[in-house]
Amino acid sequence: MSIIDAILDDFFWRALLGGLGVALVAGPLGCFVVWRRLAYFGDTLAHSALLGIALSFLISVPLNLAVIITCVVIALALVLLSRTRVLATDTLLGILAHSALAIGLVTLSFMPDVRVDLTGLLFGDLLAMNRQDLLWIYGGAAFVLVLLAVLWRGLLMSTIHEELARVEGVPVERLRLALMLMFSLVIAVAMKIVGVLLITALLVIPAATARRLARNPEHMVVLAIVFGFLAVGGGLSLSWHLDTPAGPSVVVTAFFSFLLVYSLARKPA
Amino acid sequence: MAEPLVRLEQVTVQFDDRPVVDRVSLVANRGDIITIIGPNGAGKTTLIKAILGIQKTDRGQVKLAPGLVIGYVPQQLLLEATLPLSVRRFMLLSGRALTECEAALKRTGVHHLLDASVHHLSGGEKQRLLLARALARKPDLLVLDEPAQGVDINGQAALYELIRELRDDLHCGVIMISHDLHLVMAATDKVICLNQHVCCSGYPADISHDPAFIETFGHQVAESLAVYHHHHNHRHDLHGDVVNSARTDGACNHEHH
Repeated sequence: MSIIDAILDDFFWRALLGGLGVALVAGPLGCFVVWRRLAYFGDTLAHSALLGIALSFLISVPLNLAVIITCVVIALALVLLSRTRVLATDTLLGILAHSALAIGLVTLSFMPDVRVDLTGLLFGDLLAMNRQDLLWIYGGAAFVLVLLAVLWRGLLMSTIHEELARVEGVPVERLRLALMLMFSLVIAVAMKIVGVLLITALLVIPAATARRLARNPEHMVVLAIVFGFLAVGGGLSLSWHLDTPAGPSVVVTAFFSFLLVYSLARKPA
Repeated sequence: MAEPLVRLEQVTVQFDDRPVVDRVSLVANRGDIITIIGPNGAGKTTLIKAILGIQKTDRGQVKLAPGLVIGYVPQQLLLEATLPLSVRRFMLLSGRALTECEAALKRTGVHHLLDASVHHLSGGEKQRLLLARALARKPDLLVLDEPAQGVDINGQAALYELIRELRDDLHCGVIMISHDLHLVMAATDKVICLNQHVCCSGYPADISHDPAFIETFGHQVAESLAVYHHHHNHRHDLHGDVVNSARTDGACNHEHH
């Protein structure tokens, strides 16, 4: 117990453990973001997380819960609105992403007695991670990983060819909802690491890096997790030695591993 | 007479109150090859989606035989470039055992590509892969949406020949959409000419089935002779609307040669 306590008492180790936990789920979900072209969608959900934070102060609900619920509601709204085809999906995303962010910021400004670290929310505050955060991260990660494992074949099939999947009896719409729920969860826990503005980077960059080396979907997921680990580890070291902000350092490390892999590895299968 | 695999009764599908499929009835039995032809926007794809159960119908009924297994070959496999996928993995995603998947790949002649990336396949190879994928499910009914799209002309003939052979092997029914009239006619039992409603349906000239005839005169002549001859008793304008008033009840009368 004493060793575990010693580790958990150290802010650096807590940050590392938390970061690795998030990378563990950001890997597989990031692959779906890349495969299904959901980068902008993920961005919108992440932005709306700030609205969730504001709401959590307004009606005093636990922070993580408020963020998850807000993300799910925004995700459902997006799906329904894009079905009406009044506006193109990317226009809708642009409207919702920044409106949610702006409404969140405006709402927060109406609560002068609430002191929030806005920089921390926007760009992450990895080094301020506490034990309860770790619990959330690993609980969420376990839930998402189990759900992914159970739904894997159906999710992959509906990503490859939606109609073929439908004909084969895959519940495509329900899986889409499950995927959104998982995104919302991951955004709620990843917010602490890299902040709402950089979450998409943690999802997309390791997965895109992995694509260059992968031959199969599962292979790509594993590699995406590895590159996520490298980004977290490298980013934290950078932050430790050079006193740079932790969240952005993680993203910068991810970006450089992306550049390195794309300049060295041959074109993928 | 065995129960039909599929029976459509007066099926209508509307988009924004405009009928895309208009009162279509058809029956597919085991061993049938039914080819749906028709101009662009005639509702061919919508019709087969209704058969597949992935398109809601506004009126009419789609009755499938109980326990019917459908093998679907979509128009194209447009794979996202960011999704790495080998032929083996794609086949295994059908949920069937590897031996069954390999047998299906052998049957469609692409077994040597087992470890290739799906991204590196040619148009013809992709279609054969999709066909193998459908076969691995041991279907009672094969439904194909323009199976020869993106396949060169020699490959097309071979592909239709393969579909006919598969029908014989599996004793399944086949419903397909095609634009390649000349090629299809030699391998088809029944043709449905669709333009929202069923313009006409019937059997291509018997002679096209005669192997001796094809052998004597070659495929080209046989195929051009096999083109289904029929007279419409109505005309369509450029919008596909019926011009004269002969058609009153949705059924049209034709003279077949």
